[in-house]
Amino acid sequence: MSQQLRVNPIACTGHGLCAELLPELITLDEWGYPVLDGRPVPRGLGGAARRAVASCPALALQLSPAP
Amino acid sequence: MTAHSASLMTAGSPRPDRLPAQFPQLLPADGRPAGLPAHLAAHGPLPYRGSAGRLIADVRESGLTGRGGAAFPAGRKMAAVAAAGREPVVVANGAESEPLSEKDVTLLRYSPHLVLDGLQLAAEAVGARRAVLYLHDDGSLHGRLNEILAERRSAGLDRTATDLVLAPPRFLSGQETAAVNVINGGPALPGFTPPRTFERGVGGLPTLMQNVETLAHLALIARYGAPWFRGAGTAVEPGSMLCTVRQAGGGSAVVQAALGTPLGDLLLLSDDVQAVLVGGYHGTWLPAGQARRLSLSNTALRPAGASAGAGVLAALPAGSCGLAETARVARYLALESAGQCGPCLNGLPRIATALGTVAWSRPDNRVTADLGRWAGLAERRGACHHPDGAVRFVRSALQVFAAEIRCHQRGACTAAAGQPFLPVPAGPADESDWRAPR
Repeated sequence: MSQQLRVNPIACTGHGLCAELLPELITLDEWGYPVLDGRPVPRGLGGAARRAVASCPALALQLSPAP
Repeated sequence: MTAHSASLMTAGSPRPDRLPAQFPQLLPADGRPAGLPAHLAAHGPLPYRGSAGRLIADVRESGLTGRGGAAFPAGRKMAAVAAAGREPVVVANGAESEPLSEKDVTLLRYSPHLVLDGLQLAAEAVGARRAVLYLHDDGSLHGRLNEILAERRSAGLDRTATDLVLAPPRFLSGQETAAVNVINGGPALPGFTPPRTFERGVGGLPTLMQNVETLAHLALIARYGAPWFRGAGTAVEPGSMLCTVRQAGGGSAVVQAALGTPLGDLLLLSDDVQAVLVGGYHGTWLPAGQARRLSLSNTALRPAGASAGAGVLAALPAGSCGLAETARVARYLALESAGQCGPCLNGLPRIATALGTVAWSRPDNRVTADLGRWAGLAERRGACHHPDGAVRFVRSALQVFAAEIRCHQRGACTAAAGQPFLPVPAGPADESDWRAPR
């Protein structure tokens, strides 16, 4: 089953780790907040995505089944 | 708080004779607040169904949608709450915070029993034991409603206990998750979803939150039936809705209009009108010429980027500067951000400041480019739809007033320094007013 990244924008405080760990899918806007590319996580990036989720200091990045 | 001074079906409601006569009258025809005896004489006693679930089929058949702005099918929402498996709570949301809207407060003032009937019937339909009426503290209304609730209790009308909860005077107080937070004793801050309110809301229980006007329609549908409700409006969008209409010549009125009513029947769209704002400060500017060809329905308005929303319509006079109006409102919207989400916290003040440059200075192309980029960054990245609504409003202004922007670049606008047309409340006094008055 494909997975989707989502940010809880209330919890997110713009640490920016996610964009360093997963630059393929996450960039930072000019204020340091993550911009997700919106696609389901491609096969091959699942491990990196899980690492980015686990590393978020604010627990704001989430991985859930794609709709 | 905004001052509410709507007149009912009087000045500013042109050609009411063109509205179909049979649609359910939410507001008293004589223009006087309906007390309990008058209400019971007009509509009869509450038509309880005797068991949970039985009204929901009628509501679904009626095609009633939420009148708070989102137009979600009311019957489907009720069915979802009823099926949630735990004893739910029902909330009547009357905390309209849009400065241009006066229809909910008008309805609560003139037809409170219709709203409270709807709240009782909705509670029975979903099997709730607790009901809440949530509204702004406007000085006298909540005291009056407390008296009315006591009167209904002593008359034995209400089977479900109803609490009155006051909303803090903030733009986002009426937002669904913010309302749940206030009723739960917290500040009026939107929450991150899921969980959705119908799954987990007041007291952690499944919660049916309906706009007060939606509940008033429901009280009429329960009495007169779905086919009767569908007698007005269009096949796709049946029924009628309350609109707050602000004419270019000044003054505002709350009118009830069938869905599908031409906008030109509600607003006087003479040559003295340059643009129409549909949907309030989260809404969409339309050129007056385009508005003349459109009607009050989502089918008609969505292709134009607008929606019927909560029925807020305003005609901008030719002598006003649409850019200055938009800049003042954008500043207000930025100040009313809950400040929880980075893109909204950072984006809206920058957008508002850039719009101020567009309105009152000579904007270069870099300013408009910044505006476009920041709009894209703020949009769809918040927990609630505040940034989305603000961006919709600003983007439509940049389109509709594009020729005006070129005038400003040449330093040619003389109207920007004029009197404001759209009402903009003063910003928040301090952070404490995120909390409800006690």
